[in-house]
Amino acid sequence: MSEESGKRHDSKRGVSRRSFLGTMGAGTLGVAVTGRTAPAREAVTVESDGTHPVTLRVNGRRFDLRVEPRWTLLDVLRDHLELTGTKLGCSRGECGACTVLIDEQARYACMTLAVEADGREITTVEGLMHGEELGPVQQAFVEEDAFQCGYCTPGQVVAAEGLLRGNPDPDLAEIQKRMSGNLCRCGAYDHIFKAVRRAAELRRSTTH
Amino acid sequence: MLPQFDYIRPGSLDEAVARGAGDGAVLHSGGTDLLGCLRDGVFTADTVVAIGHLAELRGIEETRDGGLRIGALSTLSEIAAHPLIAERYTVLSLGAGSAASPQLRNQGTIGGNICQRPRCWYFRGDFHCLRKGGSMCYAVAGANQYHCIFGGDRCYIVHPSDTAPALVALGARARIIGPSGTRVVPLESFFVLPAQNVRRETILEPGELVAEVLLPPPGVGLRSTYRKVRARGAWDFALAGAAAALTFSDGRVNGGRLVLSGVAPIPWRAAEAERVLIDNPLDAETIRRAVEACVADARPMPHNGYKVDLVRGVVAETLRSLA
Repeated sequence: MSEESGKRHDSKRGVSRRSFLGTMGAGTLGVAVTGRTAPAREAVTVESDGTHPVTLRVNGRRFDLRVEPRWTLLDVLRDHLELTGTKLGCSRGECGACTVLIDEQARYACMTLAVEADGREITTVEGLMHGEELGPVQQAFVEEDAFQCGYCTPGQVVAAEGLLRGNPDPDLAEIQKRMSGNLCRCGAYDHIFKAVRRAAELRRSTTH
Repeated sequence: MLPQFDYIRPGSLDEAVARGAGDGAVLHSGGTDLLGCLRDGVFTADTVVAIGHLAELRGIEETRDGGLRIGALSTLSEIAAHPLIAERYTVLSLGAGSAASPQLRNQGTIGGNICQRPRCWYFRGDFHCLRKGGSMCYAVAGANQYHCIFGGDRCYIVHPSDTAPALVALGARARIIGPSGTRVVPLESFFVLPAQNVRRETILEPGELVAEVLLPPPGVGLRSTYRKVRARGAWDFALAGAAAALTFSDGRVNGGRLVLSGVAPIPWRAAEAERVLIDNPLDAETIRRAVEACVADARPMPHNGYKVDLVRGVVAETLRSLA
């Protein structure tokens, strides 16, 4: 996951829509790691066909980019930051495939406007890796065989991570309740619940 | 991809109200209902006016009269986890904690929860129904298993909120801020029946927003709880639910309210059952009579008669848990 590779440093503000879209069309994006501080919540007006500069902090890295009002955080993660671990499922806040952590809390990226994520700390499934090593929740999902087709898995993993950050030792009832916002059409729920228990053990033993 | 809209993040609450009153403007906080409606074309918006950043609408704190002020932007997670709410206003804690999914509770606000649009599948679907300005309610002759058994009139939606019944049961009020000033309204008067106006669910006028919810001091001897029955064990809207907030003295009910969810276009106050409860001990006989009073004026549709029995069961369980 090297989100900076192949990206052009774009320090210019006020890119025109035409040149911006041209950039997008070329498969690259003005994603800059700059010293600009996260914008305060000042008054903002963005025309429907305009863009607005935002700073997203994703997996500890900082991305400055321009977003259209209608872009969701999911659109931006997948299509513009190339973080495709976060999945598009129902697009309506029901399935949980797009679960990310925003300021440590599990939320649906498909129901979050990118412009509203400005300045937030975002964690996706890619951010749970330790270099090339799986994080404890991912490791636990492998050990417990907690998926079949795997499509819902990134969302399940991130939801579990959010749960364990708030409660490092949840019981089964708590796990069932807190994982209820993530559907698995393969029905791997029992294994998922076991994986969350196993992840809690792994997290404690690795003190990440 | 969502349809296009202008996005405004106003610099102040006053500006939010002014912008929100504009033609084609909608307010946006958690977005869990709004974005779904825009995506599905349930309604359109020229302008989305963000209010999620306005500090005046945040916070949960005790008021000088011993009650509680809950800023409209408080998330359902914050409310469900708040120790004072859990202790003094249990029914609200349970309502907020049983709404939607964990992710949606982390995002959805109490203000948005009481202002959400109905979940009727004709309203949400590609049907130009009465509530969308059309000429008929498709549920009448259609699939109405999830529709109302009380309060229907031309339109047969159920109110989807789990917090609204709790707030009505507790006698909460909403502080509403709008272009012509501020008003404070009991939650009981906040919701609109189809017979009053088939196009809207609340009394909010254009530009008006719920700024905060005000809970009265908990009554002496208050016991409260919320139970909901859903079609699936994981998260779902209520098929039927009961929010009870009753005060007790000398072993008898001496006040309070019983409000049903999932069975009427508004949080449905079971006034006749409340009359049965008052001055009586909460024993098996009182509960039996209260349960029957709850369903006495039920008018089920062809496919939702089961809700009458659900109300019986959920009300009985709810009351027994307070005895």
